[in-house]
Amino acid sequence: MSLRPATAEPRWVRTLLLAITMLFLAAFLVTPLVAVFTEALRKGVGAYFAGFNDPAVRSAIKLTLLTAGIAVPVNVVFGLAAAWSVAKFEFPGKSLLTTLIDLPLAVSPVVSGLIYVLVFGLNGWLGPWLKAHHLQVIFAVPGIVLATVFVTLPFVARELIPLMQEQGTEDEESALTLGASGWQTFWRVTLPNIRWALLYGVILCNARAMGEFGAVSVVSGHIRGKTNTVPLQVEILYNEYNFVAAFAVASLLAMLALVTLAAKSFIEWRMTSAPASPAVPGDPT
Amino acid sequence: MSITVENISKSYGAFQALRGVSLDIPDSQITALLGPSGSGKTTLLRIIAGLEKPDEGSGPIRFHHEDVAGRRVQERRVGFVFQHYALFKHMSVFENVAFGLRVRPKHERPANEVIDRKVHDLLKLVQLDGMAHRFPSQLSGGQRQRVALARALAVEPRVLLLDEPFGALDARVRKQLRAWIRRLHDEIAITTIFVTHDQDEALEVADRVVVMNEGRVEQAGAPEEVFHDPATEFVMNFLGHVNVFDGRIEDGKVTFASVQIEHPAALETAAGPARVFIRPHELSLHLLPRSDSLPATVTGIHAAGPAVRLTLAADGEHTFSADISQDVYRALKVSVGAKFWVLPKDLRVFPGSAPDAGRL
Repeated sequence: MSLRPATAEPRWVRTLLLAITMLFLAAFLVTPLVAVFTEALRKGVGAYFAGFNDPAVRSAIKLTLLTAGIAVPVNVVFGLAAAWSVAKFEFPGKSLLTTLIDLPLAVSPVVSGLIYVLVFGLNGWLGPWLKAHHLQVIFAVPGIVLATVFVTLPFVARELIPLMQEQGTEDEESALTLGASGWQTFWRVTLPNIRWALLYGVILCNARAMGEFGAVSVVSGHIRGKTNTVPLQVEILYNEYNFVAAFAVASLLAMLALVTLAAKSFIEWRMTSAPASPAVPGDPT
Repeated sequence: MSITVENISKSYGAFQALRGVSLDIPDSQITALLGPSGSGKTTLLRIIAGLEKPDEGSGPIRFHHEDVAGRRVQERRVGFVFQHYALFKHMSVFENVAFGLRVRPKHERPANEVIDRKVHDLLKLVQLDGMAHRFPSQLSGGQRQRVALARALAVEPRVLLLDEPFGALDARVRKQLRAWIRRLHDEIAITTIFVTHDQDEALEVADRVVVMNEGRVEQAGAPEEVFHDPATEFVMNFLGHVNVFDGRIEDGKVTFASVQIEHPAALETAAGPARVFIRPHELSLHLLPRSDSLPATVTGIHAAGPAVRLTLAADGEHTFSADISQDVYRALKVSVGAKFWVLPKDLRVFPGSAPDAGRL
């Protein structure tokens, strides 16, 4: 028998490991994905698109876009502020802050939804005050946005903190000694240094904002055409045995996932390849 | 532009980085801030630049006669070069150098043609013309350092501040860049301060060396002055290899390791313990005894170099080194175990016994 490197497994071990991986991927990822599209197209392309003619579905899509449209920018601002503070300043409670940022990932989304009901609900802490001022948070759009912002909070910050910590402050100090103002330093030096990580965080945050079910489900109240997001609408359609429409709407989320994966892979490739951009900026002569 | 700082202190929590430093930096010269890590040299440089604020109660920082202590870093017009270059990775060499001109307010910003000419002139000055379109990642360490220098010079700084400018380079490039910086300075004559922990670098490049230790200035002077006439034991120890003997001052003479030598320092000082410092090249070997030479046995020879370094032992307890020329080494047929009479040609005496580990 020929010698093999110490770390090389026998052929049958490799085959077995690979087979197990492939089997799991097929069973738990590929099959459901294929199922979504086959079920959606079961009665033909016409029935597929008919599903989107339902005003309730259209309203759900609009609400999801609105929610993501608010949650993602809020996240970018929070993420930049948090990452900047953690990476560039020293202050008491810094490690507590970094731990707290991860809280939404550790907590079940249903619990985060319930917390908002407890605070803003009719019988919650702020309920009477809100009612007196004719403001509705729970079972209305503000509640959905709040819940979404909460569950997506860590995404941008988590991408930026390690990167900005690693980069330190020399580039910024350098810009300052060259006469740049704080804003010029941010736009011309800091932002370009973190742009790919920021985009990566935005993509992940957006996918989560659009796909969130648990937290939103608790605060939404499921008012058809008013407080249903896309994932909630899928559930309603499914529960009404309207399978084609349910899977047609679900296929939107599936496509969002595929686009997110593609964008994520592209950005990962950009972040690991040489920092020098191949597009040489024009010589300003 | 001369720089004067007075009574500058800086602490980070319990750690005191600078303890009331006062210093004059002469106009149009290269000054080296030399010291071990933690001596406060980089902190002082950053305070001069405006990147750090000195503690309350610190004195003024004057550029020529103007107190800039209250000025922001952008207003001080200093060129600062970082140890790791801090080039903007997403910008070409050209854009890096042009940065300081492009961020000026609109009414002060030069026209594009002026920027273009200026950047190319600077790249020529640092011998990087033709590299304008490269990105920092496509340059070697020495080239990056020169881009950083050109970028700092582009804003026509009043002073040039370099933080360990050669620290991240390999030994050969470091030597070349050292000589080159010296020539460049002779050309543009801008007041320059650089921080280093390498005494050879400081002695070779600088017109003036400021030796720092534990947040204080130990000595400031010309390279020859600090090397040949060190003011303190620390300076003596830090600037090159030195033999230290514990001795005594008595009757105007210094006694150590079985010899008694007359020394001017001994005449001015009351009797008591003393520390004797002799550099290896200040010792010579002889076959015959003299009243002021000490007998020693060769215990080690390191002959690969311009001089031969011998390790010697005197009365079985004192071990020290002596540097002799290759000619003398061959003429005396030095070998391990051979006995010689060692004569100190020069020595320095500091009264007092061995210093405590940490002085306050």
